[in-house]
Amino acid sequence: MEHIVIIGNGIAGVTAARHIRKLSDKKITIVSAESDYFFSRTALMYVYMGHMKFEHTQPYENWFWEKNRIYLINAYVSKVDHVNKTLNLGDNKKLAYDTLIIATGSKPNKFGWPGQDLKGVQGLYSKQDLDEMEVIAPNNQVCKRAVIVGGGLIGIEMAEMLRSRNIPVTFLVREDSFWNGVLPDGESQMINEHIKAHHIDLRLGAELGEILAGENGRARAITIKGNGEEIACDLVGLTAGVTPNIDFLKNSGIEIDRGVKVNRYLETNIKDIYAIGDCAQQHEAIGNRRPIEAVWYTGRMMGEALAQTVCGNRIAYNPGHWFNSAKFLDIEYQTYGWVFSTEGKKNYERHFHWRHATENLCITIAFHKDSKQFLGINTFGIRMRHEIFDRWLTEERHTDYVIEYLKDANFDPELYSKYEGKIVSKYNVEFGTNIYPKKKSWKRIFNSA
Amino acid sequence: MKTIKYSGLVVFLIGLGIFTILPLIGAYRLDQSNFDDIVKDKDFNSELFVEEINNNVVGKEFNGMMGLSAEVKKSLNQANAQHRENKEYDKVIYTSGKDMAALLGKASGTGFIAQNKGVMWFLTFGLGIIGALLFILPNVILLGKAGIKNDGIYHQNSTNRGWIAWAVFVFLVSFYLVLYFAPQFAVNWTYLVDPISESLSGNPAGHWFVYGFMYCTVMTVMAVRMYIKYRHNVYQMVRTTSVLFFQIVFAFLIPEIMVRLQMPYYDFKNIFPLDYDFFFSWNLNELMSSGGIGLFILVWGIALTLVAVPVMVYFFGKRWYCSWVCGCGGLAETLGDPYRQHSDKSLFAWKVERWLIHGVLVFAVVMTVMTLYSFFSESGTVMGIKTQSVQNVYSLAIGSIFAGVIGTGFYPIFGNRVWCRFGCPLAAYLGFVQRFKSRFRITTNGGQCISCGNCSTYCEQGIDVRAYAQKGENIVRSSCVGCGICSAVCPRGVLKLENGPEEGRINPTEILLGNDVNLMDLVNRK
Repeated sequence: MEHIVIIGNGIAGVTAARHIRKLSDKKITIVSAESDYFFSRTALMYVYMGHMKFEHTQPYENWFWEKNRIYLINAYVSKVDHVNKTLNLGDNKKLAYDTLIIATGSKPNKFGWPGQDLKGVQGLYSKQDLDEMEVIAPNNQVCKRAVIVGGGLIGIEMAEMLRSRNIPVTFLVREDSFWNGVLPDGESQMINEHIKAHHIDLRLGAELGEILAGENGRARAITIKGNGEEIACDLVGLTAGVTPNIDFLKNSGIEIDRGVKVNRYLETNIKDIYAIGDCAQQHEAIGNRRPIEAVWYTGRMMGEALAQTVCGNRIAYNPGHWFNSAKFLDIEYQTYGWVFSTEGKKNYERHFHWRHATENLCITIAFHKDSKQFLGINTFGIRMRHEIFDRWLTEERHTDYVIEYLKDANFDPELYSKYEGKIVSKYNVEFGTNIYPKKKSWKRIFNSA
Repeated sequence: MKTIKYSGLVVFLIGLGIFTILPLIGAYRLDQSNFDDIVKDKDFNSELFVEEINNNVVGKEFNGMMGLSAEVKKSLNQANAQHRENKEYDKVIYTSGKDMAALLGKASGTGFIAQNKGVMWFLTFGLGIIGALLFILPNVILLGKAGIKNDGIYHQNSTNRGWIAWAVFVFLVSFYLVLYFAPQFAVNWTYLVDPISESLSGNPAGHWFVYGFMYCTVMTVMAVRMYIKYRHNVYQMVRTTSVLFFQIVFAFLIPEIMVRLQMPYYDFKNIFPLDYDFFFSWNLNELMSSGGIGLFILVWGIALTLVAVPVMVYFFGKRWYCSWVCGCGGLAETLGDPYRQHSDKSLFAWKVERWLIHGVLVFAVVMTVMTLYSFFSESGTVMGIKTQSVQNVYSLAIGSIFAGVIGTGFYPIFGNRVWCRFGCPLAAYLGFVQRFKSRFRITTNGGQCISCGNCSTYCEQGIDVRAYAQKGENIVRSSCVGCGICSAVCPRGVLKLENGPEEGRINPTEILLGNDVNLMDLVNRK
C-alpha cells in the first residue's frame, strides 16, 4: 500500500490527510515535533487570554485520528533522503515513504538584530512560543513591560494578549501607520487610534536597534534605532512577519528558495514530493497573490487541492477570489477581492472610502478607474457575506451595482444597526449617482431568482 | 472602581450569609388560636393528631425549625400509624410531614424575623441586590471598551471549575434540596417576602413564592451583567430583555394577580410537555370548574403545544422559546452565562443527550396518555400500572431532581443548559421541528472559518459549532437554542443566525468557498 507521509500537522497537512483519506485507502502518516494532535494556531492567543484551554483549540477529538487511520508520529524530521525515500527522525530512526508532503509552515522572522536570541525574545507562532510566553510573561509582576517589534497581524494579537493581563506594551511599528503596506490609509489610521485607545504605547516609524542583555542571558531592554531611546522590558515579541520553516531541507536536493519551490500542481522538483501551506513557494505568483502565502485559508486550500492530485486526479492549485479576515483588538476585518494600500495601489485602482463618524466602522471599495468594475472591498466592524462578494467578483459587477445591492451582502447579527443608507449617500455625493439601496432579498442571496 | 467592586462582593456575601443561616434559626411558638384556625381550615379528621400537636407543640417555644419539625413529624406519624392500625382510613392525613411542618411552622414564627419582615428583607435580598450591583456595575469601566469580554475566564476559580465554582455548586444544590424536599426550613424565607406576596395575590408567601421572587431578582441582577458584557451586541441586549420580561410578567406577576382575581394560577408561556402537569386531573378539574377563564386556559395551553410550537419554530427556530421566552432558558442565559463554556462538546455527550432528552419526552408523553386515559375512563390504573405512581416518579425524578437540583445546581460544573440540553421534553419537541421543518439555521460565512474554537467553547448546548463552520457547512441542529453567542464570540464574522429559505439550509460541503470553482463543483456536487 502506498505510504503517504506528511511533515507538519498544521491546517495544510491535516487538510491534505483528511481529504486523501476520503478519496483513498492509502496509508497516511503525519509527523510533527510541535504537538501530538492538530490544533488551531490562530487560537493560541485565546489560551493565553483565558478564553479557552489548549484542548479547545483542537478541532478533532483525539480518537478521530485512529478512527480515520491517520497515524501520528511526534518527531522532528532532520533530513529528507529522496533517493532512498526515507526521512531521518533523529535517534537513528528512519521512516520510509512513497509520497512525501512537506507542510512545515513558518517560523518568525529574525533580521539579525543584536540580542535576538536572548531569553525573553520570542515570536508567536508555535505552541512552544505560547508555553514560553506563559513563563516569561505570566503577569505584570514578572513582566513589567513588553516590547513588540513589527506591526502586522501577529504583533497586534500579541499586544492584545499581553494587555489582557494588564502588562504594559510598547509596540514598535516600522511604518508610519499600522499595517499600511496592506491597508489603505483611512483604515490604517482607524486602527492606529484603536490601538492607542487600548492603552498600547504605539510607536509609529520606530525600528528596533538592539536588544540588551541583562543577567542570565535574559533580555532586559531594547533600544530604538536612530534616537537610541532605551526601553526596559522583560519580553520582546518579534512579529515582523514569518518565513518558511525549511532549514532541514538545505542540501537535500529539493529545490528551495525562501520556501520550497513548487509548480501549480504543488509538485517540487523531485518526483513524489510536494509542498503545501506556508512553506510552499510558487515559481510564479498566482494573480495578485504572493508566491508564498502564509495564510490559514490558503494552507487549507492547497491541502484540498493536493489531495486530489495525490489520489490520481492531477489538478492545479487554482484558488478563487482572494479573501481574508482578522481581528484588530475589538475591530473585525474582512476582505474580499483586492484592495491595495494607498501606496501599493495599482495604477487602474481607485477607492471609495466610508467611515462612521463615531463608531469603529469603515469600508473601502476598490474599483477600476475606467470601467468602474468592482475589484474588492475591505470592511471593518461590519460583517459581509463571503458568497455574495465572491459571486459579484465572478460576475465582474459594476461598483454602482455593488452599492445598490449592498444590503444583500450584510452579515452582521440580526437586529444590528445597518449602515448601507449612509454608505450609499456618501457614494452618491462622491460620484454624482442617484442610487437607492435595494431591500435585502433571500432570492438573490441564495441565487434562486 | 476595584474597591467598589470588592466592597460590593462583601456586601453581597453578608446578605447571602444571612439568607443562608435563616433556615436554621428563628423562634417559633404555635398559638392555640392559630392552630385552631388551621384545624378548621384544613378540616383534619384526626383528633389524635390535633391532640398530639396540642400536647407537644402548641404554646411551646422552639428555637429553630429543627425541633418544631421533628415534633410535628412525630405527631403526624404516630397519629397516622394509630389510625391505620384501627383501620380508620378516613382519618389518615395525607399531607406529608415536611409540608405539615411548613404549614404549622409558617403560623408559628414569633421572633425577630417574623416580626421585622421589611428589615429582614433588606438584610438578605436588599444587601444581596445592592452588593451584586456594586460588584457588577463597575464593569462598565473595568471591562474597558465594548467588545467580547472573555479574558481570564479559564484563569478564574469561579469560572474554571475551581473551588469557588464548587462552593456555588454546593450552595445551589443545597438550596434546591431545601426547596423540593424540606420546605419547612424555608419558612423564614417566606416571611421576608410576605408583604410582597400579600400585595400581589393577597395571600402570605409559600416557599414557591420565595423561589419565584428570588428567580426574578437573580435574573434581573444578572441581566444587568449581561447588558454590560454584551453592550456592543444588540441581539443579546434585546434577547435578554425579552427573557426578563417573560419571566417577571408572565411567570411571576400574572399568575399571582390571577389568584387575587379568583382565577386559576397559570403561567401563560409555560408549554406542555415542559408544563408536565397541565393534563393532570387536578389541573383539568380546576380549569373546568373555573368558568370562562379556565376554558380559555385549556384551549390556550393546547394551542401553544399544537399550533404555536410548530408555527413559531418554522419561522424563527426554537430560539423563539428557549432563549427569548422560557424561564429555564432565562435563568440559564443570565445566572448561567458565566458557566456556558462548561458544556461537554464530545461526540459521546451528544449521544447521551439524544438518548436522555428523547427518553424524557417519551416518558412525558406516555405519562400524559396514561393520565388522560385515567381521567376519561375514571380508572386509577392503566394496564395494571398506577397512573398516580407514574406521575409521582416523573414529578420527583424529572420535575424536581433533573430540572431543579441537577438543571440549575450543576451550572458551575456542567454548564448552564444541562436541563435544556439533556432533559427538557419541550426542547426535544421544539428540536424535532427545528431540525426537520424550519427556516432557522446558523449560516457559515463561506470559507472564512479559522477553526479557532471560540464558537464551540462558548456553545452552552455543547454543539461542536466549529465542526460545521470549518467545513463551510451551516449549523442545523435540533438542540440549538439560538442564543447567538457563537456568532458573538467569532473573531472572523463567520456565523450568523438567520431565518431564510428552507431550500439549501442544510448544505454539507467538503471544499470551502474561495478555492478552485471546478474543484468545488467536483467534490461538493457529486
